[in-house]
Amino acid sequence: MRARNRELFGLIPASLLISAGFAAVFIQRSNQLSTVSLVYGALFLGLCIVGHIFIRVTLPNADPYVFPLVAVLACFGIVMVYRIYGATFARQQAQWFVVGLALFAATVIVFRDYRKLENYRYLIVIGSLVLLILPRVPGLEDPTNGAYLEIHLGSLTFQPTEFGKVGLVVFLASYLRDHRQALAGGRKILGYRVPPLKHLGPLLLLWGIAMLILVFLHDVGSSLMFYGGLLAILYVATDRISFVLVGVVAFAAGAWYLSTHIPHINARVQDWLHPFDPKLYGALGGSFQLANGQFAMAAGGLFGQGFGQAMLTVPGAHPVAYLIPAPGTDMIYTVITDELGLFGGAALLITYLILCARGFKAAILARDSFSKLLATGLSSILAIQVFVIVGGVTRVIPLTGVTLPFVSYGGSSILANFVLVALLLLVSDRARRPEYAR
Amino acid sequence: MNRSIIRLFGVVILLFTVLIVWTSRWTVFDATALQNNSLNRLEFFATEKIKRGRIIADNGAVLAESVRAGGGTWTRRYPYGSLFAQAVGYNVLSQSQRAGLEWSRASELLGKPTGLTSVFGSFNGGPKVGDQVDSTLDPKAQRLARSLLAGRVGSVVAIVPQTGAVKVMYSNPTYNDNDLKAHCPPNPEVIGCQFNYATQAGLPPGSTFKLITTTAALDSGRYTPSSIFNGDSPVIVSGHSLENDSNYSYGPVTLTKALTDSINTVYAPLGVKLGGSLMQEYMQRFGFYSVPPLDYPANQMIKSGERFYPGVCGRHKNILLLPVTNSCVDLGRTAIGQANLTVTPMQMAMVVSAIANDGKLMEPRLTSKVVNTDGQVVDSVPPQEYDQVMKPKIAAELRQMMRDVVEEGTGTAANLNGLNIGGKTGTASTGLYKNGQELDDAWFVGFPESNPKIAVAVELTNIPNGYGGTYAAPIAAQVIKTLLAEKQ
Repeated sequence: MRARNRELFGLIPASLLISAGFAAVFIQRSNQLSTVSLVYGALFLGLCIVGHIFIRVTLPNADPYVFPLVAVLACFGIVMVYRIYGATFARQQAQWFVVGLALFAATVIVFRDYRKLENYRYLIVIGSLVLLILPRVPGLEDPTNGAYLEIHLGSLTFQPTEFGKVGLVVFLASYLRDHRQALAGGRKILGYRVPPLKHLGPLLLLWGIAMLILVFLHDVGSSLMFYGGLLAILYVATDRISFVLVGVVAFAAGAWYLSTHIPHINARVQDWLHPFDPKLYGALGGSFQLANGQFAMAAGGLFGQGFGQAMLTVPGAHPVAYLIPAPGTDMIYTVITDELGLFGGAALLITYLILCARGFKAAILARDSFSKLLATGLSSILAIQVFVIVGGVTRVIPLTGVTLPFVSYGGSSILANFVLVALLLLVSDRARRPEYAR
Repeated sequence: MNRSIIRLFGVVILLFTVLIVWTSRWTVFDATALQNNSLNRLEFFATEKIKRGRIIADNGAVLAESVRAGGGTWTRRYPYGSLFAQAVGYNVLSQSQRAGLEWSRASELLGKPTGLTSVFGSFNGGPKVGDQVDSTLDPKAQRLARSLLAGRVGSVVAIVPQTGAVKVMYSNPTYNDNDLKAHCPPNPEVIGCQFNYATQAGLPPGSTFKLITTTAALDSGRYTPSSIFNGDSPVIVSGHSLENDSNYSYGPVTLTKALTDSINTVYAPLGVKLGGSLMQEYMQRFGFYSVPPLDYPANQMIKSGERFYPGVCGRHKNILLLPVTNSCVDLGRTAIGQANLTVTPMQMAMVVSAIANDGKLMEPRLTSKVVNTDGQVVDSVPPQEYDQVMKPKIAAELRQMMRDVVEEGTGTAANLNGLNIGGKTGTASTGLYKNGQELDDAWFVGFPESNPKIAVAVELTNIPNGYGGTYAAPIAAQVIKTLLAEKQ
């Protein structure tokens, strides 16, 4: 079967999922099966088919699995948001999905030859850094749990770091394409090959600025994500495991320093280690969220309580009090495991893993260094983002607020991730293009 | 570069594996510990959304029902309030406060998941509904008991001897379970208004305990109702003089006569002659030294038996009761219901219930059946035998002796026409005085001898010169009359 037809068939599970999901929530809510669920399913199938036709025309050789995987995740996200926050929020999420598709199309058209991104790399990196600073700009700032994550533009909230991550990956891929040989070489000092400062310097400077900004913003989740992305691209670019080791050691030292010297971060570490400590549990913005996320997962068990069955709010409380604060954004994975169990959670993680695998596949198939590094960086940062948030709620690492890509409620996340996917498909299309057409 | 990309993907696979492993920790391996975590309120919130089943009386009157409290939660309403508060109790989830049937039958009232019904129930969008608990309690008799106690501290318990069904369990003081914050008038005799006299009060049984002594004497085969005893007063028991009421000497008397006139100077030496181990044996058969097997919260019931006071008899720790085989128990005075013997009205009701039912003690119960919302009986609560305390022949002899008590002895006040009530009075001196009069605990336990379908124990606390025959017997008689009339 040709690639594009495979993609078309891949969309069927996505629309089935959304129909079944809405049907389940409807049955649970009103004890009757309404045709509305089928309408939603058809609507989404229609949207996805539009996206598919667009890819068929513009990116005929692109990986056939990426778009259906994204559609599955996004549909799943809309069902979960509908179930958690109700119709209004689900409609917003669906609207963001439509806008995201448009942005996806725009990205594909504008950056049809994505290598011209390289020409703007310094513009892109400065733009990305500005995006990172924005949440702290007076008048736009709106701290959540001690972290500056969002800005307000009128009634719109916007998480600029989501876009910043894509920009930084583009810059790193471009910069390391030029400097990777030099970085891999360098003089030997005490048997260790130290890369020349001339090439390493800008990288360190960039990293330092990004980290400072994030520490300044108290947004550890995003900094972890950027740092991981940087190490991944650096490793692939230079093929030097020692860079990763040095990076991990530096990170460990930095993490130790920050966790002992910045109260906000220290509190997060304490919550992570002792979520059931009554003092931390009762503290404002303490471990209450993390602990209740764990209780929700425990309620799920192997197969979950079923769609719509999780206890999310305190019964009878006015105004609505969520048992797990941020159930549709940061903590959405706990709601998913509560309702669908270990199997549902694992299935979701495997979906992400396959999506990443397709990204890495594109990187392997790509024929030039920039494409390889770009695809690697984008796939890695997606994987790390999932690890940071799912690892955070499952207590593998301290909880820091980043979104679960395509699934969490939030416009910025969906839009930025559609740009990410557009770039990934552009790389893939070019890589899989038959020799003569190049 | 491709090699590094593949390795990098390997790292990603590793990271995701860690995520799945950690997810399985919380969802499966550590799930039970998390569910039992004291901070975990999920189960509590889930139960708050369940419409608890009703509790109804034996005539269908609603004793407890759920009413909407907004936000999909429910609150409890008790239409009879203080009349049934001790038996029905209450359930205030938010403060983890619960008592009575609301506690002991909580899982039924919440609708215990039973196989398939729970799976299908989860598809049902409506609120989860618990099962209805049909109690054995009789509102008419319960109300009569309250009016006859007339505000005095005390208790009335009525049991159907053949099934163990508790028809009346009323005690003063009581409280309004609709309003738990209401002020409770201070009372030196009770620990708060929620203290259930019927099951929590350890009271001296007085002469009603002679029924147990008589049972041991007859059922062991060592004596018959016509065995002759010396009824002269006083006698020396455990080194101290013991007198009859008014120090009256009866001369040689039969055991029947001794019970009829409640002759202490016969029964105290009789207890000593029977011995501690035989007395202990029969006490335990009647249910002493055990928490009554009632479907009522265990921490709202106490065991009956010889109370242990630390320091008086050795230095035992952590024991509340002493077996009567113990050498420092005054067995003679125990045999007449004095010494340090403490009993609950519920325990004494069980004693007469066993005698009324040919010696077979049925486990007392407050529930007749549990019914689900479809009207199906989920649990029929079949009667359970506790013990065959004595031979049926002995029980018949005892009933005849107890009939004599009411006909011509201390219990004549219970001798209502046509009912042929048999019983035993008890007048336990408390050692307290008020206005120069000694305060007594007045007891009467009994049943209709010719038609023993109901057994009653009545206790009144701290009555001046409170003879059981004077104060408790008429109450018991009225309750028996009412309950028997309902049965026919």
